Formats: sequence, structure tokens, C-alpha cells
Amino acid sequence: MMKNTVIYKLLQNDKAGRIVLSALFALMVLVPLSNMLLPPDSFLHVPTYTVTLLGKYLCYALLALALDLVWGYCGILSLGHGAFFGLGGYAMGMYLMRQIGDRGQYGNADLPDFMVFLNWQELPWYWSGFESFTFALVMVMLVPGILAFLFGWLAFRSRVTGVYFSIITQALTYALMQAFFLNDFGFGGNNGLTDFKDILGFDIQANGTRIVLFMLSAFMVIVAYLLCRFIIQSKLGRVLMSIRDAESRSRFLGYRVEHYKLFVFVLSAVLAGIAGALFVPQVGIINPSEFNPVNSIEIVIWVALGGRGTLYGAIIGAVVVNYVKSFYTGAMPEMWLFMLGGIFVVATVYANAGVIIGVILSAVVSSIYAGISTLIGSEINPFVMLFFALGTLYICAKYFDFFWQKSLPFLTTLPLIGNVLKEKVVTSHSEVKS
Amino acid sequence: MSHTPINSPSRKITSILQLSGVTKSFDGFKAINNLSIDIKPGELRAIIGPNGAGKSTMMDIITGKTKPDTGEVTFKDVVDLTKHDEADIANMGIGRKFQKPTVIETLTIWQNLELALAGHRSILQTLFWRLNNDQAKRIDDVIALIGLAEKRDDLAANLSHGQKQWLEIGMLFIQEPEVLLVDEPAGGMTDTETMVTARLLKEISQRHSVIVVEHDMDFVRELDCKVTVLHEGSVLAEGSLDTVSSNPRVVEVYLGR
Repeated sequence: MMKNTVIYKLLQNDKAGRIVLSALFALMVLVPLSNMLLPPDSFLHVPTYTVTLLGKYLCYALLALALDLVWGYCGILSLGHGAFFGLGGYAMGMYLMRQIGDRGQYGNADLPDFMVFLNWQELPWYWSGFESFTFALVMVMLVPGILAFLFGWLAFRSRVTGVYFSIITQALTYALMQAFFLNDFGFGGNNGLTDFKDILGFDIQANGTRIVLFMLSAFMVIVAYLLCRFIIQSKLGRVLMSIRDAESRSRFLGYRVEHYKLFVFVLSAVLAGIAGALFVPQVGIINPSEFNPVNSIEIVIWVALGGRGTLYGAIIGAVVVNYVKSFYTGAMPEMWLFMLGGIFVVATVYANAGVIIGVILSAVVSSIYAGISTLIGSEINPFVMLFFALGTLYICAKYFDFFWQKSLPFLTTLPLIGNVLKEKVVTSHSEVKS
Repeated sequence: MSHTPINSPSRKITSILQLSGVTKSFDGFKAINNLSIDIKPGELRAIIGPNGAGKSTMMDIITGKTKPDTGEVTFKDVVDLTKHDEADIANMGIGRKFQKPTVIETLTIWQNLELALAGHRSILQTLFWRLNNDQAKRIDDVIALIGLAEKRDDLAANLSHGQKQWLEIGMLFIQEPEVLLVDEPAGGMTDTETMVTARLLKEISQRHSVIVVEHDMDFVRELDCKVTVLHEGSVLAEGSLDTVSSNPRVVEVYLGR
């Protein structure tokens, strides 16, 4: 009976995918349970702050998945996926702004605060409809979708490929960033949209709302994974791969390459838009820096580190790199850039799955080092911490054959464990200091 | 892809592919110069010529990759190919094999042939596509024809150079084209592989028109068909291999070196 279900068929030859999805499902169920049922002083209690942080990582994972679909399977290296993410985020942000009503600083029920501040008298036409959640949801998908359609139609039709395509996607996101920075553009300029109060009538700061948003993010990653899997398992997926590997061969076989590219690019943009829409209520702000070209390049790094063209790798890469980024910018801010440089060097030299394991384990080892130094009452030396971190990374990358098969099941849960560890360390550390 | 008007049985096709007065220049260099070639239905034709004679450009023009400056390219007496793009032309029934073997290396032999199988070229069709028994049998038949039966589930990347050439010919064949353009199929092959390839093409040419561009004279002799010699973008001589070999101009520009 199990064997006939669609999901079973999709994951039949995808062991790593099954593991990652099971881990996601477990997180989706266990994290809320732990947060709500366990007492706050329990070791296994996941604080709300961490729930939201994980939710944020999962939005990035969805974004990475979207990029892996176009880059990993169709060879379209988009360096502007942050644009679609940002647009989805702004569409959701506009709904959240309209929900504030008269609770803003100026108490104007008709206009968001920034418009009152700019002395605007009425709502611009493009803001109309956003008081409806359904309308906003449609826009979350439609706006990135339409932009991707127009952009892709022009680019693919003119056979713009490879690095040239990547460059114009950078230009696209840069242009959007500049536009959204303008106050007159009508999206809050520099400050973007923030100070959200509630979503569908639920307080956006409340524990329950945050947990539901986290669960929704995990659910969407799972759904998007299965959707991508459905596509790449079909003959359509094999056409995409043939376009990636031998574009002119596909043309001479009679496939309309530009139609296929457009389809997958638009789908990917819609997924990125959904990721942005889930991201905004969790972080509580959307501003033009989301369109920064550097952000879009970072997405490519997540996918590349996790393993391009594997789907599950995109999820692992996004979660791990972002977890490590927040860990190190907290634990040794002055060393983070050296760590990032180290990751790049090791990733280039070894280019294997051990790099990603090493990146996680380095954070765990750093936590242990920090914990021990705190226990014996000595200062945490950032140089020693960097030494441990890079050492772990190097060993894992070099001997990855030994580590890889055995550690995969723990990969997706490690950030959670690491985070709990870190919080214990940071709290005990600050207690010692004070 | 509407086949009906081209394929109407009432009309007798006199030439499957006809180039007349085709000229194409790149930055002033005439790669093709007033070229006229006429291929009959069911014909096997070899095209030879020294490097730079315009063989590959001719293929690009027929398959829609390059548009000629002047001249006409007609398919089945009526269709003007210069007005269509690669995918259109491929779906009308003109298949092409590249000089360098081009197969999808990340897919298996079976999947490569499945991809080339005639029909089902739109996005929705491919998304919900299911293989039926007839199609599966057809793929198996072609795998047997190209002699890769025991490797059907291997990745194409693991094939030898010669085997990739055969796979690509198989992909062309399963596309069910009416004309096959084959660019240097024997390039980089051993003598035995060359002979196998020649036999494969002769077998295919019993049901399709085949145009072979080749350098290897032994291979062309093995094909035993009408030969066109190209030189500086136009036809230098045409006829059986023995006739053209004894043509003094051909000897001068090509064979005599």
C-alpha cells in the first residue's frame, strides 16, 4: 500500500532526500512540542527565539531549493534570486503594514506611518487590495512570477546564456535595490516596512504565531522539495538536464529550449517569493538591503556548499551556512571573516561533502572550547577558537569519506543542538563575567 | 508541428532537400558560395571536402542554426527552411548529428533514447509523460541496433568515443526524421568501429534519406553511394567515388595532397 503513494515514488531513489525530509518533519513536530510543553529551564527546551531563528533558516532553505532547481538542473546561474525573495517579502510586508491600521505612531488608519511622514494624502493605487490576506498571497506569487516571466522571456528568447545571464540578473536585483531605496517609490525607502502588529488577527510577537510560522516554513520546504522532485523525476526533468548539459543537442532533438527555461525560471521565482513571504513576518522587517546583489551571491554559495543539483544539498547548505554565520558572528565576531575565508579555501581545495560537515562540527568544537574555558574560568581567546574551528573544518574535509556516510542523519539536527549548547555557554559565560 | 500539408500522400516528392544558390559569409569570408545540392527521397549521400570547405556551415544552414544571406533551402519541395528555427526543423523531420559526439552524459543510454523518441515535445506532455509498451520496445530495438544492449542503464558519460557516436546516431534514428544529417561519424574511431558505423548508416538509409559529411575515404568507399565534393563553399564535383576521384580538379584540391 505504501508503495503506491506518490510520495513513496518520488523519494524511491533518494535516500539523502528521505533523511533530510524526515529530519525536517521531526523538527516541525518536535520543536513546537519542546517549546510549549517543556519548562524553560529544561535542557531540551527550545526557546521561542530559536524557533524563529530556525524558521528563518528554513525560509533560506526554500530559497536555496528554488535556486538549485534552475541552476542545478537547468544550468541557469541566477545571481538575482534575492530579487524574487525580496518581492515576495515586500508583498507580505504590505499586507502586514495595512494590518497595523491606526495603531501606528501617527494613528492614521488609512495610511502607513512612512506615508504620513512624507505628507502623502492618499494610498497609492499599487497599495490597494493589500488589506486582504488572499490578495497579498496571490501577489506574493504573481509579482515575482511576472517579473521572472518578462525578464526570462527577453533573455532566453535572445539566447542570453551562461555568465552573461548571471550578470544581467545581478543588474536586475541591483536596479530593484536602488528603486526600493527611493522614498518616492512608495515602499518605505531606506527603512522598508516594519513595526508589524498582527497577521490574520494574531499577534505577530506571540509565541503561538511564531510557532505556526515556523511550522509553515518547514511544511513549505517539504512541499517544495516534493514538487521539485516530481519535476526532476519526470521526463521534463530529463529535458532540463539535457538543456544544462548540451543545449544545442536539445534544440536539434526538437525541444523548445526557451520555453523550458522560462517554465523552470518562473516556477523558481514563485518559490523564492513564497520564501520571502514566510521570512518577513518572522524577522519583522523587509527593507531594500534584501535586494543587495551580495545576498543573491550568498544563495549560490549555500547551494554550492550543499551540493549543486541534489535538492537536499540546497536545504543542508542553506541551514548550515546560516547557522554557522549566526554562531560565529555571535561567538567570535572579529574572526568570522577569517572563518569565511577558511571555508572558501577548504571548499575549493576539497570540494566534497566533508566541507559542510566540517563547517558544522567546527561550530560544535568552538562551543566546547568556549564551554571548557568558561568552566576553568579563563578568557575565551578568539585566535585559539579560530584555530580549533579551521582545524576541525580541515580534518573533516580531508577525511570526509570516513565521516560522510555516518553523519548525514545528524546533519540537520546539529544546528539545533549546537544552538542550545551555545545558549547555555553564552548564558553561563555572561553569568561568570557579571 | 503540423505534418499534414507536407506529408499529403497525393503529392509525389521529387527532392527531399534542396539547396539552391545558397551563400553565407562571415565577416566578408564566403563560407558558402552559391551552393546548390539536391537530395532525393531515400538517398544516401556522402559529402567530402577539405577543411574549411563549408561542410559544417551547410549543416548549420539546413538545421536552422544559421540563416543564409541569399538562396533557398527547401524541404520536400515546399517548405522554406530558412523561415524556421532549430526546434521547428527538428520536429518537421530533419535530424542532426554533431561532429563531436553530443549525448547527455548525466543520463543513461536508455534515458538518452527516451528523450530523443519522436513526439512529446511540450512542457505539459513531458511533465506527465508515461512510457507505453510500444515505445519501450522501440527503445529496446534501437539499443540493439546500435549494439549497446548490455549497457542500457549505464550513464552515457561512461561510454567510449565510438559508442557515444553510435548512441547519437541511435538518438537521431529514434527521432524518426526523414532526413539525417551526420557530421563526421567516423572521426576518432578505430577501423573496426568505422566499418560498423558504415553498416549502421547503410541500414538506416534503407528507410531514411541520409547525408554524411566525412573525411575518411575508406569510410566513404564503404558507404558506396553518390559523393559530392565541396570546395570553397561550392560544389566541385559530384558522382560515384571513382568518378570524383579521377576528376583532376578534385585530385588537385583534395585527394592529391
